[in-house]
Amino acid sequence: MLEIILRISLLCISLAMLGLLYRVVKGPSAADRVIALDAMGINLIAIVALISILLDTSAFLEVILLVGILAFIGTVAFSKFLEKGEIIEHDRNR
Amino acid sequence: MIEIVKIIAGALILFGAFLSVVATFGVIRLPDVYTRNHAASKSATLGVMSILLGTFLYFWIEHGHFNSRVILAIVFIFATSPVAGHLISRAAYNSGVPLWEKSVQDDLKGKNQIRQAEK
Repeated sequence: MLEIILRISLLCISLAMLGLLYRVVKGPSAADRVIALDAMGINLIAIVALISILLDTSAFLEVILLVGILAFIGTVAFSKFLEKGEIIEHDRNR
Repeated sequence: MIEIVKIIAGALILFGAFLSVVATFGVIRLPDVYTRNHAASKSATLGVMSILLGTFLYFWIEHGHFNSRVILAIVFIFATSPVAGHLISRAAYNSGVPLWEKSVQDDLKGKNQIRQAEK
């Protein structure tokens, strides 16, 4: 029973990632693409969690935390680049 | 007891998958960047938190394995995903992405010129 639920959920999340991929390809502005990529990263976390239940191993649970941190850092860097034009600023008196 | 907790975990996982699909429909169908961000950053966050809670319950009950990293991931996602949504929405507004043409209120309009003049 739980396995059927897991497979249905994996299917739903894969379809969700396909829809987000459509937004990444089409999105009119850069911010649309960054939002869609951030949501794709979050869905990827869900896929890793579901697959680790399906394979019945807890060896992949560190990947969840890692992908979460990387998605957050990537989104912050992209939004800073869109807003200010550079990610790490050098001048002191701005 | 174990069967009940497995049913609860399955319900949480199904709910999370449903919320992810809802977030994707919002991201596809809503008209401008800000409404899309509203859909993506709330709904996907709650969906993934619920899926991770189901995963945690499954490993705790089925294997007796209290995995604290999943709890940490839930807390981390809950703390950072709205912040990321706020940052990208702010960057979109400041880089001049237009609102939906039928939106009626823009409270931030003109505030940027005032801030630039104060500098």
